Parts: sequence; C-alpha cells; structure tokens
Amino acid sequence: MTDTTAHIDDHHAQPKGLARWIFTTNHKEIGTLYLVFSLAMFIVGGAMAMIIRAELFQPGLQLVNPEFFNQMTTMHALVMIFGAVMPAFVGLANWMVPLMVGAPDMALPRMNNWSFWILPFAFLILLSTLFMPSGAPASGWTLYPPLSLQGGNSFAFVIFAIHLMGISSIMGAINIIATILNMRAPGMTLLRMPLFVWTWLITAFLLIAVMPVLAGAVTMLLTDRFFDTSFFNAAGGGDPVMYQHIFWFFGHPEVYIMILPAFGIISEIIPTFSRKRLFGYTSMVYATASIAFLSFIVWAHHMFTVGMPLGGSLFFMYATMVIAVPTGIKIFNWVSTMWRGSMTFETPMLFAIAFVILFTIGGLSGVMLAIVPADFQYHDTYFVVAHFHYVLVTGAVFAIMAGAYYWLPKWTGYMYDERLGKIHFWWSTISVNVLFFPQHYLGLAGMPRRIPDYSVQFAEFNLISSIGGFAFGLAQLLFVWIVIKCVRGGQKATAGVWEGSRGLEWTVPSPAPLHTFDTPPQVDDTVTAHKDQLA
Amino acid sequence: MKRTNELIVGLAMVAVITVITWGVFAVGDNMPAGVTPFSRDVYQLHMIVLGIVTVIGILVFAAMFTSIYLHRKSRGAEAAKFTHSTRAEIIWTVIPILILVAMAIPATRVLIDMEDTSGAEMNIKVTGYQWLWQYEYLEDDISFYSALDRDSNAARQINSGISPREVDNYLLEVDKRMVVPTDTRIRILLTSGDVIHSWWVPDLGWKRDAIPGMVNEAWTLIEEPGVYRGQCAELCGKDHGFMPVVVEAVSPEDYRAWVAEQTGGEQTAAVEQPMAEMDREALMTHGEDVYQAHCAACHREDGSGMQPAFPALAGNAVVTGELAQHIDVVVNGRPGTAMAAFGQRLEARDIAAALTYTRNAFGNETGDLVQPADVASRVETRMDESLVSAAARSAD
Repeated sequence: MTDTTAHIDDHHAQPKGLARWIFTTNHKEIGTLYLVFSLAMFIVGGAMAMIIRAELFQPGLQLVNPEFFNQMTTMHALVMIFGAVMPAFVGLANWMVPLMVGAPDMALPRMNNWSFWILPFAFLILLSTLFMPSGAPASGWTLYPPLSLQGGNSFAFVIFAIHLMGISSIMGAINIIATILNMRAPGMTLLRMPLFVWTWLITAFLLIAVMPVLAGAVTMLLTDRFFDTSFFNAAGGGDPVMYQHIFWFFGHPEVYIMILPAFGIISEIIPTFSRKRLFGYTSMVYATASIAFLSFIVWAHHMFTVGMPLGGSLFFMYATMVIAVPTGIKIFNWVSTMWRGSMTFETPMLFAIAFVILFTIGGLSGVMLAIVPADFQYHDTYFVVAHFHYVLVTGAVFAIMAGAYYWLPKWTGYMYDERLGKIHFWWSTISVNVLFFPQHYLGLAGMPRRIPDYSVQFAEFNLISSIGGFAFGLAQLLFVWIVIKCVRGGQKATAGVWEGSRGLEWTVPSPAPLHTFDTPPQVDDTVTAHKDQLA
Repeated sequence: MKRTNELIVGLAMVAVITVITWGVFAVGDNMPAGVTPFSRDVYQLHMIVLGIVTVIGILVFAAMFTSIYLHRKSRGAEAAKFTHSTRAEIIWTVIPILILVAMAIPATRVLIDMEDTSGAEMNIKVTGYQWLWQYEYLEDDISFYSALDRDSNAARQINSGISPREVDNYLLEVDKRMVVPTDTRIRILLTSGDVIHSWWVPDLGWKRDAIPGMVNEAWTLIEEPGVYRGQCAELCGKDHGFMPVVVEAVSPEDYRAWVAEQTGGEQTAAVEQPMAEMDREALMTHGEDVYQAHCAACHREDGSGMQPAFPALAGNAVVTGELAQHIDVVVNGRPGTAMAAFGQRLEARDIAAALTYTRNAFGNETGDLVQPADVASRVETRMDESLVSAAARSAD
C-alpha cells in the first residue's frame, strides 16, 4: 500500500479467477465477498425459517421432531445474526467507508482479507454440526446452561465457530476504526463525516468491547461441558444466572451492533431522495453515541423473569426506557428530513420509508417490553418474537436491502431493474407484516416462543403467519435475481446515480474503479451530504 | 396556503391511520385481564402503555404520510433548505421524557406490589423437571408430579394421525392439576431439578423462571374459581412445548376436601410402608406408570429411544446387564447428558418398579425383580463411598 501513489496499480499482475478473490486485499473486492457471503447465509438462515414456519403451519407435529425443531430455531438465529446481518454491514462498510471518507483503501488490507476468510470456515464448522451424530445446538442462540451443556460433542464445534466469528468481527472493527480515524481526506473533519461512517465508527467500538465478553462466556461453557469446571453448575458452586448476565452484557450491545449501521444507511438514503440535507445531523451523531452508551447498562432487561432485586429491576427498567429518547430523536429527524423536501420514491427510498415505519413499530413494542410488570407477561412469548423481528427484519434487513439498491449502481455500473425492485419492495413489505404482525396477538394470547407445536386456539394466526413467511421467503429469491441481473448489465449508471445524491462516493465513476482516491480529494461543505449550522 | 394544506392532509392522515389501527387491534387477540389483583394491574398497565405508544405511532406516521403525500417531486414540491431547529429538537426530547416518566410511575408501583411476597397464607413449592412439574404443598404435606395428559401426548407424536382439534385442551391439559383455594394469598417457590424452566399461567399475570440451585418466589391470590392454563415459557429441551401448567382454583372448602382426599384413602397404605417388598405384578404395574410418566418422553413408550441422544432401552446393555450399574445410572444420572438423577426426585419404590419394568419389558427378559430395598442400599453404598473419599481428600 505504501507506494500506490508512486505507481499505477494496473501493471501489477492481477491474479485471476479464484486466486483473485482468495488473495485480494482490495476493500471493494473484500466488500463484495462479504456481501455475497451474507446473501448466501441469508438464504441458508431463511431456509431454516421456512422449516420452522412449515412445522408451525398447523397444530400437531407433521414434518420434524421437536429436537430438530429446536436445532432450527437455534441455527436460524446464529446464521442470521452472525452470518447474514453482521457480515452484510461489514461488507457495506468495506465498500463504502473508504469511498465516503476519501481513503484509497482500508487501513489494514491484509487483516481485512483475513477477517473475511475466517468467516466461511466458521460457518462451515457451525453448519457441519447439523450432520454430526449429536446434532446442531438446540438450546437457543443464547446457549443458556444447563440446557446447552446437555448437548453432545458437537457443542465444541459450535463454540469454536463462535470464537472464529468473534475474531473476525474484532479484526473487522479494528480495521474500520483505523480507517476512519487515520485515513480521512483533508477537510473531512469528524463532523463532516457521513452518518453511515459515524454509526459504523461507534458500532466498531461496541464490537471490540463486547465480542471478547461473548468469547469468555462460551469458553466457560466449553470448560464446564468438557473439563468438569463449574462456572455455571449450581451443584458445583457455580451459577447458571451468571451466564445470562455475561451473555446479555454482550447480547444487548450486539442488538445495537445490528441496528446502528442501519440508522446510518437510512440517514444517507432519506436526504438523497428528499433532495434536502439531513435534518439535525449533529443531534443524530450524539443520539447514536448515547444509544451506544446506554446499550451497556440495560442488559438485564432480557432477564426480568429470572428474578433479581427490586432495585435491579427498577434500574434496568428506567435505563431501558431512556433509550426511547435518542431513538425517538432519530425518527423525528428522519421525518423532518422528508418534511418539505422534494421526494421521489425509487426502491431504496421505499425500503427506507418502510424501515422508519416498521422499525418504529418494533421500537414502540420495545417500550412496552421495558415495563417490568408487563414484561412478566410478554417475556418469552411470540410478542417478543414479533418485536425483535420488526427491529431486525424490517429494521436491519430492510436497511441492508435499501443500501444494496442504493449503492448497487455504484458497485456494478448498471441500474438495477426498477420495476422488479418495486415489485420486490411491495411483495416483501406486505408479506413481512402478514408474517410478523399476527405474532403480537399470539404472544399476548399466551403462546410461548420456541415451541414446535401449540394449542389449537393459536392455529389461525399461526396459519396466517406461515403464509406470510412463505411469501416473504419467496420474495427474497426475486431479490437474488435482481442483483444477478444488475451485475450482468442494464442501463448504464452515471457517477452521481441519483439526482439528489451528495458525498464523495458519488464523485467517482460508476462502477467505482478498483482503486479510488489515490490522490486524496479536498473536502468542504459543498461535497458533503450533511451540513449543519452547529457543525 | 402551504400550512393549511399540511394541516388538512395531516388531520386526514391521523383519521385514516387511526381507523387502520383500530381495525388491526379489533381483529387480534389481547392479553387476558386474568383473575388476580396483580394480573388486573398488569393488564391495566399494558393497556395504558399500549395506548400511549399507539398515539405516538399514529402522530409520527401521520406526519410522515402527510409529507409523503404533499412534499413529492411529482406534485412540483421544491425542497426547503432548513437543516435543524433547536426549538423542535428540545420539544421532542423533553416531551418523550415526560411521557416515559408518566409510564414509569404506575409501573414502579405495580412492581413493588408484586415483589412483596410477605403475608402468605400458604406455600407451594414448584419444581421444574424435563418435562413435568412437581408441586409440593408445604403446609398440607402433599407432593405430586404433573405432566402432559395422555390424550395430548398421544396426539402430539409426529404424524400421530390424531387431530389436535379432537383432543380437549390439546397440550394444555395435565394428568394431575395443581389445585389451590381461591381468595387465599399463596406464595409460590420456584426451583428446578435440571435445566431452567419458567412457570407461567397468563391468567395469574406473571411468569417466573425455575432455576436449578436457586429458589425464586412470587405470589398470587386467585379471586375466581376456575381452571387456568399455561405452559413452560423457557426453552428446556426437546419437550419444552409439552409441559403445561394447569391451575384449578376451588373454594377454600372444596380445597380442604381435596386435601383430605390426597392425604387419606388407599394411597397411604403404600406410602406407610414405602420399603415393603412388592410382588412381580405390583412392580410391573407401578413400574409402567412411573416409566410412562418419567421415562417415556425420551426413551419412548416402547423403549425404542431416539437416537443418538436418547438410547433405546430395548436390548440395552445397561438395562439387561448388571443391576448395580443400572441402579447407579438411574439414581445418579449421567452428567453432561439429559439423563437426570432420579434418586433426587423419585422414591425408592418408584425407581425399583421402573427398573423392574424396564428389565422385563420391550423384550428385555432378565426376569429380575428389583425391590425398594435394593435401590436404597445402592444409594447408601454410594453415599458411604463418597463420604469415605471425601474424608480421604480432607485427610490429604
């Protein structure tokens, strides 16, 4: 990297074929690898969800036995969280952060290669447990002991896979922080950075803070299971509840790791298609930082029914409720950005608008869940399942979809098929609500989560939910086709792509050449997407 | 003109979204108000918070759709230039804080009430096991297990051919209900013998985890007689979906009659002489009952097991092998697997009967009769061995 300014890169021999992808240190190629991997895992995790919804289509057990059902719910979560959502955001960061801050590449390109290539192996190990005699993990993605310790020897593979994912995430996070703090173009001050860069900077710190905590927790599970320690074994003087505290100290920031970059994407898209600069840029930055801070002091709201001192319950309830304030600020800012803009509704904007509405619904049910006495009823029911799918599917995944449509022309040089994109949007948005909204009713009526079969009083809404699920699953195959079609050709994209686009990434040609900003651009308020009097 | 337009469209949007929201709430189920003072408090709290967040949602979405409708390029809208408003931002920071405080006050009040378990008139200890519940009435000295009833259990087998719709209270019925008196403040102590479970009856207004090595407490006071159904709410292994909770609340007089029935009658005869020798028929009959209640969930009714996690007992080397080892496995369990230590939860005569049954059923023809004394002596031997080894360790 040191001599890229002295040489033209084109005359370096580029490895061809598979070797090009295995040895690449280019941020755009690694970004593509991450995104393709994430899409593949999205399909794998989605297939598991289809099995779950097929079994829940009607009461009685028809397709799978309860053990395999538990393996499906557990693996669906692990694959979607660590395989689909997180790598998608890292992929977007790889592609877009250097372009947005005017850097020639990521700060640590070789580590970048390594942090990606760990992932396929991690998931090969994780998915291979499905074919082992003792089966895949079946104790839920939270792996609560003592249940998780009843698993067979395949449990060691699960833990090793989680360790690998953690290592990959930490390296990715270090790389993103190093890039953002060290490689910004002249004039790209912190408060001129696009919000996507800001949210990722904060997310990266969250990752570094909590992934080691997860690694510690699962390592203790490993030694409890295989080396006769008693960290979580009450009979040996340990405490199964301690695991839950440690896990959720990781788990709650993890929730924000999966949503803060989504906030960033939405904050890029809404101003573009409103043809108006982002409202309240500075308060958006501070709100993101506040949410990140608060995420460290709310973990026990996942554990209200475990039993804790009154003071503890009250503290975690109040702290959780406070998160609604910065989150509300973000939503109000997005609406204000749209207010008196000049909006058009291309597919990225449609997904962004759906994100704001549906994420808000998930956020509002989150406020309900914070209320401890009410949580005694909601906890571990389908109400919670509905809540976190609203924030993760119509939140994180919709934001990733929006980002993909928004930047696809920049990546491929071609416009995606707008008509198919709109079909994908409407099909997804309608079916996802048919899928998840009835689950609120099921939870309130008393259906626990993670059960393979249910009482007949829950039959109607499960039937509706399953139909929505199949339709939503099918819609994503259309998305895969739209991406393939866009890569193969179409209407040529201009450098700016969108009429209202602002920011450094739109100053380079489409498709973005392999090497950009070899000479750093000069940045001032005229090229940034955001301008705020306070900044 | 612009502002008037925005106001009119905004009000129209509020109306439309309100109607849609009303429809969405009307078609769905809601939380039951329940039958205890606490459950009604929780229900009210739920309705207050739901109401508040619904109003917030309607206002935000109405503003958004007003903008989407009016401020679109196709209507010739020109983008404004404003990028922030300190006044607006202060307003939408302060107002949510006030709303949150308004929600936190009743929530805190209800929670404090819930956490105060003093003044209990009776105590019931609930222990979760994979996959049934044990109820111990501490004052009345009653103890029994409560598992999924046979009809549901038959219908829930994969491709059983029995329609769940034809089973009464499918998956929500047990073989023996937890009977409690109405209008009595009952403290419920929760723990577990293996993994974490969660005891939940929606009509009582709460769920609480049953955790090994810990005793959680909660209380209830049921005001209306009736049968209230719930389920385990914490993933506890393969049959997590099949361990219902059924509470039958009866008048205090009926409750006393139930207690008398439990502690009197023929059952006492056996319990009075728990270590008495039993003949083959008694062992096999009782053994089958114990087996179906405690063993069949994993090892199947016909002893065929579920490979690889749950070994078949038919032709099993341990079951057809040396008796002492068989007793050890059943009494002490196999750590690191789902095989529980039944010595902690069953009487010697139950274990002896189950051992006899498994050694003489499913084609296992050992002909062995296991007596309660055999099991007890084996338990004592093991305790002696561990005491000796503990003494040896401390001597080092």
